[in-house]
Amino acid sequence: MLLLTLRRLAQMIPTVAAVVLTIFVLFSVVPGSIASSMFDDGRGMDPQVMERKRKELGLDKPIHQRFVDYVGKLATGDLGRSFKYDVPVTQVLADRMGPSLKLTLAAMAFAIVIGIPLGFFAALKPGSLGDFGTMVAAVSGLSLPKFWLGLMLAYLFALQLKWLPSFGYGDGGLRYLILPAVTLGVSPMALFARTTRAAVLEIMNADFVRTARSKGMGEVRVVSWHVARNVLVLVLTAVGLQFGALLSQAVVVEQVFSWPGLGSLLISSINDRDIPAVQGCILVIVLFFLAINAAVDVAYSLIDPRIRYG
Amino acid sequence: MRLRVNLVMGGALFALAVGAAVLAPLIATHHPFLDANLMNSELPPGSEYLLGTDKQGRDIYSRIVWGAQISLMVGVVSQLINTVIGTMLGLTGGYWGGKWDDFVSGLTNLMLSIPSLIFALAIIAVLGRGLMSLLIALGLTNWSFTCRIARASALSLKSQGYVQAAKTLGYSDMRIMLTQLLPNMVGPIIVIGTLGMGGAILAEAALSFLGLGVQPPWPSWGSMLSDARDAIITGQVWIPLFPGLAIFFTVLGLNLLGDGLRDVLDPQSKVRSA
Repeated sequence: MLLLTLRRLAQMIPTVAAVVLTIFVLFSVVPGSIASSMFDDGRGMDPQVMERKRKELGLDKPIHQRFVDYVGKLATGDLGRSFKYDVPVTQVLADRMGPSLKLTLAAMAFAIVIGIPLGFFAALKPGSLGDFGTMVAAVSGLSLPKFWLGLMLAYLFALQLKWLPSFGYGDGGLRYLILPAVTLGVSPMALFARTTRAAVLEIMNADFVRTARSKGMGEVRVVSWHVARNVLVLVLTAVGLQFGALLSQAVVVEQVFSWPGLGSLLISSINDRDIPAVQGCILVIVLFFLAINAAVDVAYSLIDPRIRYG
Repeated sequence: MRLRVNLVMGGALFALAVGAAVLAPLIATHHPFLDANLMNSELPPGSEYLLGTDKQGRDIYSRIVWGAQISLMVGVVSQLINTVIGTMLGLTGGYWGGKWDDFVSGLTNLMLSIPSLIFALAIIAVLGRGLMSLLIALGLTNWSFTCRIARASALSLKSQGYVQAAKTLGYSDMRIMLTQLLPNMVGPIIVIGTLGMGGAILAEAALSFLGLGVQPPWPSWGSMLSDARDAIITGQVWIPLFPGLAIFFTVLGLNLLGDGLRDVLDPQSKVRSA
């Protein structure tokens, strides 16, 4: 188990290296990048000040040297200083991490708790009205613009019915969390319902299910013992992949609900051309996504001992 | 016969959106932005302004119809770029193998490890906002699934008898790829493309909502929602309601169409992906 985890973490190293290189190239080498345009397109900054700033940021050095510096700083956990807040980026990020994590996990929990059982029960009676309804709801859930759904929910539940607070983080309590989490959770929920349904249908036709039935095992036990376990493995893949989509969508949903997470930081940093903060946000979001996928891979082998990574 | 329902419903919804885009000059009742008149600001739906007016007094119905042009154009063009990139990389990688294939696979894995909207945001952060960077950002970040499918089919097809025969006949690599391999992978690529187009329209909407996509005064369904939050707070719910529904029904159409096409073109995956 420990060995497996370590091995999976080792596999992440080349990917992380590639991601770091991509981010560096994107923001430093591409012509017209903010890093150069901020100082080059003459926004009325005193040339001497500009020169000093360039030196300060190391922009006068050759590109490979800058990459080495960047990686060296990263290794010590230094993501640079935010232009806007004038504090280390890591400090800005640290404040935003908690709310983001809370929102993402809440949305995922909502999606799993509703989506998987929905798909499961739809598949037990394929072709029924309930099945059809679930699938229509699922494809609709995947087609909704999330930010728009958020606005509509806020309108209905906060401004009209006044059951919940509309926008903002408040004290960070459950009441403030519900609307953003539901908004963010709708499309993974729809996807889980579809994936679960497909997986159940596939496994219901497997040989070992027929065997279990023919030896007289009750339907409830067949489903809960043989089918559910195998479905879980297939669904777990979808859960891992959906985290990426969720982290993307969180950017938009956080903006809608003024949620003080990484996403709204990313957007405001893009608007303020605060490159170190933009780079930091993207790096942290991607690393988070990679870590989740590694965790999912490890979880596989716990559920299904046949799967080994090596 | 559920698959027919998919295709018909999806096709009809998408055709409606395309129809609105093509016929915009004929069916719009007002100019999409030159008719702005603060006297008519924030009127609810009525006979003069079918779906009401926005904050600047512009006709929402006309803006939705004109916005269809931009939203669909962004969806089609960006997905086309993705499809071409993904198919070319996957096809050549799978067929040639070797170092090139390693490179293609590495690149695909890199793309898969960065959530695509985040990647698109990074590109826009570098290139600045606007329609052009939006097309580039969405066009370059969503080709990995197409690439994987193209590569897998090229790998399995290249040992087929007819491909070997074409090789023996001295066909060039390019000719084999285009005439022997490509036609056999078009089905799944179209399916992914259709679903991807829906995703691109959603992404356009999200980025324009964030103020990073299509810039005013030109309407896109996303940019029409950019000040939606204020409208919601002050209670003019029709301002964001209708552009959102336009996005929803168009994307729903593309999703249904994609599912339906998959049932028809790729029957093996029917059970798997429901």
